[in-house]
Amino acid sequence: MLRLILIDILEGTKISLKSLTENKIRSVLTTLGIIIGIVAVTTMSTAIVGLENSFTESISRLGNDVLFIDKFEWFNTTDFREARNRKDIDLDQFEKLKKSFSQKAYFSPLKRTFGRTVKYKSKSVTAGMILGTSNYYEKTSSSIPEKGRYFTEMEYEANRNVCVIGKDIASGLFDKDDPLNKHIKLNNTKVEVIGVLEKQGGGLFGGNTLDGQIILPLRVYEKITGDKKGYMRIDVKLNDIRQVEDAKAEIRYLMRLIRKVPLDQPDDFAINQQEMFRRMYDQTIGVVATAGIVITALSLFVGAIGIMNIMFVSVTERTREIGIRKAIGAKRWTILIQFLIEAAILCLLGGSIGILISFPLSLVINQFLPTAMPLNIVLLSLSVSALVGIVSGMLPAIKASKMDPVEALRYE
Amino acid sequence: MNIITIEHISKIYQVGSEEVRALSDVSLNINKNEYVAIMGPSGSGKSTLMNMLGCLDTPSGGIYDFKGKNVSLMDDNQLATIRNKEIGFVFQTFNLLPRSDALHNVELPLIYAGVPTAERRDRAREALISVGLEDRITHRPNELSGGQRQRVAVARALVTNPSIILADEPTGNLDSKTGEDIMSLFNIIYEKGNTIILVTHEEYIANHAARVIRLKDGFVEKDYQVSDRYVPVNNNSSL
Ligand SMILES: Nc1ncnc2c1ncn2[C@@H]1O[C@H](COP(=O)(O)OP(=O)(O)OP(=O)(O)O)[C@@H](O)[C@H]1O
Ligand SMILES: [Mg+2]
Repeated sequence: MLRLILIDILEGTKISLKSLTENKIRSVLTTLGIIIGIVAVTTMSTAIVGLENSFTESISRLGNDVLFIDKFEWFNTTDFREARNRKDIDLDQFEKLKKSFSQKAYFSPLKRTFGRTVKYKSKSVTAGMILGTSNYYEKTSSSIPEKGRYFTEMEYEANRNVCVIGKDIASGLFDKDDPLNKHIKLNNTKVEVIGVLEKQGGGLFGGNTLDGQIILPLRVYEKITGDKKGYMRIDVKLNDIRQVEDAKAEIRYLMRLIRKVPLDQPDDFAINQQEMFRRMYDQTIGVVATAGIVITALSLFVGAIGIMNIMFVSVTERTREIGIRKAIGAKRWTILIQFLIEAAILCLLGGSIGILISFPLSLVINQFLPTAMPLNIVLLSLSVSALVGIVSGMLPAIKASKMDPVEALRYE
Repeated sequence: MNIITIEHISKIYQVGSEEVRALSDVSLNINKNEYVAIMGPSGSGKSTLMNMLGCLDTPSGGIYDFKGKNVSLMDDNQLATIRNKEIGFVFQTFNLLPRSDALHNVELPLIYAGVPTAERRDRAREALISVGLEDRITHRPNELSGGQRQRVAVARALVTNPSIILADEPTGNLDSKTGEDIMSLFNIIYEKGNTIILVTHEEYIANHAARVIRLKDGFVEKDYQVSDRYVPVNNNSSL
């Protein structure tokens, strides 16, 4: 019995290949819907994998044990205009918070401006971002100098004109030369380069900015940029990730005290976390993935109808062949299997063409997002194609298998 | 030995509101190693009877007994098995698979019978050699003459060693010379102990047979022995 089924499958495959190669153009055109569906699903999931990789890479820089105390909510649940009018966090608040907080943690203040010009001798580049912070920024940001070092607490306290620069600044100003101990010019103030950060790479948000950054001790930053009053953020790296909820509660309590928020008023600051990016990201990806699934499902549906149609045509064209086969002993399921296999192979053909098309596309995507075509998606696509073939080939195959041999033989 | 017994067989086609009686009250016995010609005017029910005997179609009424099995009660798949193992068809229009070569066409019934590849190749090749087509084994039907195509069809009918060979106007699409060649082939097959029923319009074709059944309007008009060729052979039923 099993052997008979195997023989039927083998024979069905041979017949199908023969009939498909005889109608090459028709076969390919028929599978267009399947091709589009498979291209859609593979390209989409390649892109999603890329976004995911890129996102993970970007977000890992933030550290999930770091809290960002900011007057803005990163994912604004509050009105942005309202938040803008809040009073800025300042160094005084920073010091108070740092002193009062009970857990072990690293604190760094953070101020920044964008798009300033830096010079070294005759060369000049635009710094993506200039940061003013403390020596603890090394801990809170987990950005490690590849060359040289961070400024020390003493250098920070003493307001020494030293800086740590991003990789792009180093290559822009110094090319292949060693930037360490050289003096760059920011707003006509000379600052000594004491460290170069390792490459951060192109992330989803601000990877390039990070490679173009210059990190200064806070008050040096204020003096050079003139940004004395403006926006400031406090980064807190917790020692124990398990205490994160306690820490947030405590910081919230302390900040309300420090900023003298009346009891009946809501917070005028926010405690942000990497997690929020994750949530936002997941939502976005959810939308993208849903769109992808809808497009794929639609084109596979259209594809399936195309396959069904062409299979009906094929069954009708081969009525006489079916009659001959039945006359000499083909059973119903032999005929059924033959046409199901033909439909499945047709769809597999579409699936394979789809994958052949989306593979170069995935290489293109890889230029923007670090990714590769996921193997399980490839396998899934092929199985889905075969399944679509079997489902859409079912009705025509049943029609073929039920044909009356006498009528079929009489068919012209 | 009795192969086929039919009793009071009828076949009625419904065409719109009209009933067409293609066969009415036909009763026959076919014994092993008989050579029967079915004759009669066009529309008299010859093909209908052949399809019935070949288990391609089932009767509207009456009893059909094939080697002790009641065919009237069989389902599609059982009928397919009988056709595959017990019956060899030769059609007027050859009915070969156009895209397959001679060998594959002859192999086909053996594929459906589940015969292993090597064995069925050998048997198909032998059958083709026995009909004189040893140098046309890999030719497709459109590369063969009409007579050669019909030989392939005969080889296909013989390859399973069926109990009976049914030929519906096997020479109808051939010129008389080629027709005679095919008839000599049938003679050889018959002499080797096979049972043959053929439908024909031509008296000279019918003359090869030992028994003639004349149909008219779905009835058996005459059923008679024309020669003493009918010599039951008990051994060696295959080629
Ligand atoms: N599928 C069908 N539907 C309706 N009537 C049919 C069908 N098949 C055959 N008939 C009728 O049954 C009768 C017998 O047909 P059959 O084909 O058996 O004739 P025949 O003796 O083989 O004729 P010919 O010598 O022309 O081949 C005819 O009147 C035909 O019209
Ligand atoms: Mg006829």
